[in-house]
Amino acid sequence: MTGFDYVGKRVLFAALTVFVAITLNFVLFRTLSGDALSALRCRQCTAQFKEYQRHELGLDKSKWVQYRMYLADLSHGNLGKSLRSEQSVTNELWPSIKNTIPMVALGTFFSIVLGIIVGVITAWRRGTFVDRAGLYSGLGFYSMPPQWLGLLMVLFVAGALGLPTSGIKDPTLGILGDASTWDVLVDRLRHMVLPALTLGLVLYGEYALIVRSSMLETLGEDYVLTARAKGLSNWAIVWRHGLRNALLPIVTLVALSLGYVIAGTITIEYVFSYPGVGLAVVEAIDQRDYPILQGAFLLLTLSVIVFNLVADLLYFKLDPRVQT
Amino acid sequence: MSATANPAAVEDVQPAIESRKGLLRRELLRNPQAIFGLTILGIFVLIALLSPVLLSQDPKTKVGSVFEPPGSAHVLGTDGGGADMLALLVGGAPVSLIVGFAAAAVSALIGGAVGLLSGFFGGKTDVALMRLTDYVIVIPDVPLMIVVAALFGRSLTNIILIIGAIYWTTTARLIRAQVKSVRERVYVKRARALGAGNTRLIGRHILPQVAPLLIANTVLLVAYAIFAETFITFLGLGDPSLVSWGRLIENAFTDDAILNNAWWAIVTPGLCVTIVILGCTMTGQAMEDALNPRLRVGHLSVKRFRLRPLAGRLDSE
Repeated sequence: MTGFDYVGKRVLFAALTVFVAITLNFVLFRTLSGDALSALRCRQCTAQFKEYQRHELGLDKSKWVQYRMYLADLSHGNLGKSLRSEQSVTNELWPSIKNTIPMVALGTFFSIVLGIIVGVITAWRRGTFVDRAGLYSGLGFYSMPPQWLGLLMVLFVAGALGLPTSGIKDPTLGILGDASTWDVLVDRLRHMVLPALTLGLVLYGEYALIVRSSMLETLGEDYVLTARAKGLSNWAIVWRHGLRNALLPIVTLVALSLGYVIAGTITIEYVFSYPGVGLAVVEAIDQRDYPILQGAFLLLTLSVIVFNLVADLLYFKLDPRVQT
Repeated sequence: MSATANPAAVEDVQPAIESRKGLLRRELLRNPQAIFGLTILGIFVLIALLSPVLLSQDPKTKVGSVFEPPGSAHVLGTDGGGADMLALLVGGAPVSLIVGFAAAAVSALIGGAVGLLSGFFGGKTDVALMRLTDYVIVIPDVPLMIVVAALFGRSLTNIILIIGAIYWTTTARLIRAQVKSVRERVYVKRARALGAGNTRLIGRHILPQVAPLLIANTVLLVAYAIFAETFITFLGLGDPSLVSWGRLIENAFTDDAILNNAWWAIVTPGLCVTIVILGCTMTGQAMEDALNPRLRVGHLSVKRFRLRPLAGRLDSE
């Protein structure tokens, strides 16, 4: 099979999956939920208002017509309106997305760095106490519910490091005179550290295990033996000959897990009141604001599909031996 | 082959099953990781089973002041409602474990059935079922659970079904691969040649070979399910009438245990969850390793890696 075929096949599968995801999204919210409006909780939601909304949203039409309307709206990038604020879902979610991305990036960065360091060390010192300590600590963090780890962070780490535990910015910043861009940036970072660290710790175990097994395989290769025979230092063997080749599966793994990571931040953001997509989801659940929940779910599903595709294509680019 | 075949030949699969089970037992008892995991699981299952006996009253009863620190009266302190933490943890054990085991069973049932049918029949059935699996894998599990829990309502049965309906995909793939290999073995072909029907082939020859792997995978799924329950409950979508470990974490958070510096209300339920998940993961991985020696090399499992002689590869190839 040629490379073009492979790429085409992957893209086609991704496109089909997007369609399935959109349909599932419709079915879940329109068919199974019965009537989203009857569950809506807010002050101005009278029976009349609900009736008006029902007509406005087209809920009084047949399911098939509703499905076609939904697809037509989506093709214009219209995700509907929030039931609560009357704002479009895109406008409501956009600021959250902008807050989540840097936090997830920082968390992923933490976990990759930690994962590579721990993975390399445990692979190099395999069978020793260091190996087992690294592996079991990774497995331990991996077994912790993220929301619980977040609470532990607030309880035990935040105080010691003097870091803020909730929100995204210091409310007093900029009240007494203008805050410089630098101050604002530092403030943002300080608020991001704890959620990102929690995410990083939850994730790193998995990365460490994969780096380790990948390193062990690479260190058994003949060219590593050659490198050793040439008298290269351990450092050069590990970093230049070992890790470089061991990184291949890691690159794709990170791309693959990124979509799930975004989904996994939901409870972490809730614990730290970090106003990202996760917190938006929690608030939408609380207020039974289904269009927002639906929009966020579609967004998360699409991000997983896109990252999956990226992982597939990246793997193909990095390792031309891939044939299927 | 068919000349020597007689109905008795079909039965000579029996020793193979025995040795496989025996192998599993042997491997597990030799593996400290498995022993550790099984011990943890055993202790917690025992606590859960005995919890009606251990608890003299409803664990949610107020027996002290709010957020009383650990002391002689209350070994693990009290929670935001003045209830004894230890009683709550014991009372929460059966709920958390039921969710874990029941959801894992649902998931193993779906995954096992899909994997069996797909692997055994192949062809169009295989393509259709695997395509379905591919789609379900891509849908992010946590948001889907949240959405379904939010839409279907808050009850224990719903949570179990939701979790079970999402986590079957890996099981299905694993079982399919295993069934495909078993199906091609000589004794299965021989049984088929002797006129055994599909039901008999699956029930008598394939299922017994695949079952241990399915069980190992189910143990791993228990960990996922307990994890997922804490997740759903933390977001306020758990069964409101029941106490589970996930609910205790949620209560600690919503009752501002942090502001009260009540570490005992936060740390203990999470620790129970973590330890049980660790136990399941260790046991499940050790079982999978024992059953599937091919996974031993280059696998993710946490185990001591045998030092591989640098020249060893040349001998084996």
